Amino acid sequence: MREYLPILLFLIVAAVFAGSTIGMSSLIVPRRRNARKDSAYECGVDPVGNARARFTIKFYLVAVVFILFDIEAVFLYPWAVTFRQLGLYGLVEMLLFIVILLVGYVYLLKKRAFEWD
Amino acid sequence: MSGVIPLSWSLALSATLFVIGVVGVLVRRNALVIFMSIELMLNAANLAFVAFGRSLQSLDGQIFVFFVMTVAAAEVAVGLAIIVNLFRLRETVFVDEVNLLKG
Amino acid sequence: MSVRMPVLLPVDLWALGAVIALSVGLMVMLLLEWAPVRPGSPRGAILSLLTLAAAAGSVLYVRDVARSLFGGMFVHDGFTVFFTILFCAVAALAVLLSWDYARRTRIGQSEYYMLLLSATLGMILMAASNDLITIFLGLELMSLALYVLVGIRRARLESNEAALKYFLLGAFASGFLLYGIALLYGATGSTNLTRMAEFLAASPLQNNPLLIVGGLLLLTGFAFKIAAVPFHMWTPDAYEGAPTSVTAFMSAGAKAAGFAALLRVVLHALGGVHANWAPMLSAIAMLTMTVGNVTALLQINLKRMLAYSSIAHAGYLLVAVVAGGHEGASAALFYLAVYSVMNLGAFGVLTLLGRGQEERVTLSDVAGLGFRHPLLGVTLTVFMLSLGGIPPTAGFMAKVYLFGVALKAGWIPLVIVGVLNSVVSVFYYLRVTVAMYMEEPALEPVGISWAAPGVIALMVCLALTLWWGVQAHALLALALRSVQGLM
Repeated sequence: MREYLPILLFLIVAAVFAGSTIGMSSLIVPRRRNARKDSAYECGVDPVGNARARFTIKFYLVAVVFILFDIEAVFLYPWAVTFRQLGLYGLVEMLLFIVILLVGYVYLLKKRAFEWD
Repeated sequence: MSGVIPLSWSLALSATLFVIGVVGVLVRRNALVIFMSIELMLNAANLAFVAFGRSLQSLDGQIFVFFVMTVAAAEVAVGLAIIVNLFRLRETVFVDEVNLLKG
Repeated sequence: MSVRMPVLLPVDLWALGAVIALSVGLMVMLLLEWAPVRPGSPRGAILSLLTLAAAAGSVLYVRDVARSLFGGMFVHDGFTVFFTILFCAVAALAVLLSWDYARRTRIGQSEYYMLLLSATLGMILMAASNDLITIFLGLELMSLALYVLVGIRRARLESNEAALKYFLLGAFASGFLLYGIALLYGATGSTNLTRMAEFLAASPLQNNPLLIVGGLLLLTGFAFKIAAVPFHMWTPDAYEGAPTSVTAFMSAGAKAAGFAALLRVVLHALGGVHANWAPMLSAIAMLTMTVGNVTALLQINLKRMLAYSSIAHAGYLLVAVVAGGHEGASAALFYLAVYSVMNLGAFGVLTLLGRGQEERVTLSDVAGLGFRHPLLGVTLTVFMLSLGGIPPTAGFMAKVYLFGVALKAGWIPLVIVGVLNSVVSVFYYLRVTVAMYMEEPALEPVGISWAAPGVIALMVCLALTLWWGVQAHALLALALRSVQGLM
């Protein structure tokens, strides 16, 4: 268990530092309340209705497109790590992969998937 | 302490996840929940791949997970599109209420 | 440290030609969205046909070489060539059948053909894969494209419902398949079919629970995909709700692709432990034939009836798989080619029925059709006879060879059940003919949407069904040659 000691120390230091700064500021902070300061503007917008409302379908489309392109990036990592060993062959393969993704992107562009109105 | 998790533990967790997924597909009636259960099954397989890959000292298992993740993402895109279209047409996501075709 | 680089020879590029041609073709189709044409233009169909011809031609050019590429994941052998040509032919016939059908039912053009090519690519990868992971990827490529194709008539409730059911059950099956692959990987240390076969030969793990459970899960996944009882529930709904041209394509292509992958897995990788899985598959085969045929008897919607009929045919095909060996495999290939042609033909006739967005596919819709449209009547009759296995059609030759092989391998009860089932099936196939020639047409006779491409496709199917019925030797020899490298 000895090797975990630095982590424990680190956790303690982090907790003490965070706790003490928040605690100190709440102790010595000057409090002058007024209506404007208490209004929601200072920390966000007044909630309007229930959060379980329906969202416009455009959010969904963007989310799905994001997931698809985001997950493809996972293949770049192993390629990047072994880039030197794979050499030109790997580079060409990866370029082909990117071109295929790009075709999908260009298609989405034509289908106006990224336009908001 | 060695810190290595035994293969059997990972497999037990993976099998449990898989069974939860299968039961979820069979007993739930909300298309979205069924879909989530299917994703759970795929991730149970991912866990098994990684665990086996580690115990076999081969990278194959880890690489397969990448492919499965990509396939799962594509499945999400297609599946959600079908479910959204269902909701637009019928105002429901419950598979019990989708019953025009029978015989 | 350096990794050994795969070297691709020119012959390898030809062998990969089908994959390359289809990938390029479907990407071009996506990019062509930027060059709009008037709605109803046959551009997508023509481009698809060119792509499929290039794919088939490239593989035919190197049909006599055997190559193993990408670390043994992709193999080019007789089996791959046979199925690549079959899938390209099925897709081309489906394109011809869709030519007018897609236009009159207002299906978006470029996406439709792009998805059709993607599904074909997935099928080819399934047949050419010698690794469980690439089989899975090919299967998913095919399935994802098919889910969308089934639901492509977005505003139609039936189409959407079919897509939902097909998708949920298909993805469920994929989960089983993948978990089976994971367990087999753990049990044998590889997903490569050849290495799995070597492993099983070296140390028969008869009592390894991981192997048994993994194998069972894998077979369950395949049973879903080929629509074997008790995992067939999605088939009638998906077939009925899908656009008819898509039903034609998937009933032939997806089934053949499922069997191609199944044949490679059970005969190549699990060939050494044949005695362990054959009894179970034979039970599934009996159940599949019987349930499919008996349920088909009760149907009045022809698409639904043909869906149950396709379940029954999966049962016959499983008989060939159970028989195993070169002969069993060749019987399966022969049967799949014949089945694809006659099934495409039967669904193809249905694509012509009805005008505009109508769907007129019940028994009463075809009543009297034989007299009002003799050509369609005769064509559909031939396909029905062939599906029922009545001479002198290809369906008869395929069944005779298939049951003969199973008999020789000693599966006598299985053959008896199969023959009895064939007799039962004749009843519902002939009922269509009876309706066409002996019943009064409904109040409003069905209109026919004549279109030259569809008729050409039907004539090709008709010619092949009759030709293979009398001259089966060439196809049979080809099927036998194609499975030589399999075991």
